[in-house]
Amino acid sequence: MKRLRRILTWAALSAIAVAFLYPFVWLVSASFKPRGEVFDHRILPETFTFDNYLQIWREAPLALWMANTLLVTVLAAVTVTITSAMVAWGFAYFRFPGRNLLFGVVLATMMLPGAVTMIPVYLIWNSLGMVGTLTPLWAQNLFGSAFYIFLLRQFFLTLPREPFEAARVDGAGNWTIFTRIALPLCRPAVVVTLLFEFQAAWTDLMRPLIYLRDSSTFTVPRGLKALLDQFGFGGQWHWEILMTASVITTIPMIVLFFLGQKHFLRGIATTGGR
Amino acid sequence: MPASSARAPRRRSLRWIETRAALLFISPWIVGFVIFTAWPVINSAYLSLTDYDVINDPSFVGLDNYVALFEDPKVGLALRNTFVYTVMSVPTQLVVSLALALLLNSATRATGFFRTAFFLPKMTPPVAIGMLLLMLFNGQSGLVNGFLGIFGIDGPAWTTDPAWVKPGLVLMSLWTVGASVVIILAALRGVPQELYDAALVDGAGWWRRTLRITVPMISPTLFFLFIVDSINALQSFTEAYTAFFGAGNTTYSNDAALFYVIYLFRQAFEFLHMGYASALAWVLFLVIMAVTAVQILVTRRFVHYEGRNS
Repeated sequence: MKRLRRILTWAALSAIAVAFLYPFVWLVSASFKPRGEVFDHRILPETFTFDNYLQIWREAPLALWMANTLLVTVLAAVTVTITSAMVAWGFAYFRFPGRNLLFGVVLATMMLPGAVTMIPVYLIWNSLGMVGTLTPLWAQNLFGSAFYIFLLRQFFLTLPREPFEAARVDGAGNWTIFTRIALPLCRPAVVVTLLFEFQAAWTDLMRPLIYLRDSSTFTVPRGLKALLDQFGFGGQWHWEILMTASVITTIPMIVLFFLGQKHFLRGIATTGGR
Repeated sequence: MPASSARAPRRRSLRWIETRAALLFISPWIVGFVIFTAWPVINSAYLSLTDYDVINDPSFVGLDNYVALFEDPKVGLALRNTFVYTVMSVPTQLVVSLALALLLNSATRATGFFRTAFFLPKMTPPVAIGMLLLMLFNGQSGLVNGFLGIFGIDGPAWTTDPAWVKPGLVLMSLWTVGASVVIILAALRGVPQELYDAALVDGAGWWRRTLRITVPMISPTLFFLFIVDSINALQSFTEAYTAFFGAGNTTYSNDAALFYVIYLFRQAFEFLHMGYASALAWVLFLVIMAVTAVQILVTRRFVHYEGRNS
């Protein structure tokens, strides 16, 4: 009976895992099929071709889109991690009047829907003449982000105070204590912040839609949407091109997951995700 | 400790030194809060009372935008679409992710592999998910209808039949429940084993243990997911926008997928109705607050917090 249940559980899990993974297999397989065979549902292409990848390389400035996305993503992730950690440390380590009230404001900003600030923030970048550039996609991260401040503060609060007080007695300043002791101790949370923001910045579509005009400034998701408009709605539904583009957009995220799998899963389990 | 009069000024200055250090660390957030949150909130409230197309100066129109909004049939449509999607998708996602987590929790081997398999789709960029939706749910040749065809079921035209657009989006959203599964799984691991041992002694079966012990013990996590998923569903944008809207998509305008944030986005950045879109944003804010408040009031008594009485 117990054995039967174990086998049934395993069979159910396997079937569901296939259902979750099969779209990936189907997509990758289709990207190697010629146009007429895209929807033949074969796992291995009957006619194997690289043409879709070559054509997308010719039709779209893919390398440029990749470079743009990488630039935005790295800047977004690095800046938000540094500043959020600073702010989190300020809230976690020091005691000062109004601290809890101020931290309450940090938490309250998470409740505000992005739609409310979206238009005025666009107007700020517009008045600075930066609409059409990549800057609005990451520069807000210079000021930290409420979710990561919360995440990092929770982690800092679990650290014992003794190492910091000892360093202070030895004459270390606040900045040294933060960079040399607190940040290294907080490495797991820092890695989670970097990974989460890397994913968020890479996959974002709304901001590139708002801020980018010229195809040469596009990020990969924005480029993918442009390809859909060009080869899908505006054309003859070149599914093979669209599938290939989807594969190219998704692969970096799959790689990112396997590079930081442990941190990703732990980060989501402890923070409740995003 | 009574402070002697000689030490009082020194203590005050020490306190000031600590406050100043803290403010230095917090200063990036304070600057960002003023520029990118506080000012935009004020400006958005003002803009919602104006006519503004970015090129000409805003002209004050009082509450006209809010009045127009209530008479705009597209707003009613977008709100209905958004509610229908939220009501369909959030409970479904919650039940599916709970089921998957329970299944994973009772497995003994290869749990790491299964967890990865369930989570991986969550890494897919939403724009690619929107595109996958069009391909997997393609009425004539998509994978989903191909699968249904095996059982002799003639699948619907998911991406073109207005009645089937939202069910398609809901099914697609189930592909990315992986994060919820991971969260619920972590909560399941935190349920004390003694409770199950005691229940086993009493002869309680699997269903009984799940309903009487597991679900109450993880109810704070389920409650959290219910609230957060609802807030996110009410703001759905990318997948539906990718699949059903955008440049070149003149023949394909699909009223069934017009979610509230999509309508807001188009008003603001395609038609440059910045004042009207700001009013739409404030209505969205109020709707989300109201929905969240009702959810908290209605579901709170079903949530069991360990170590507390109510």
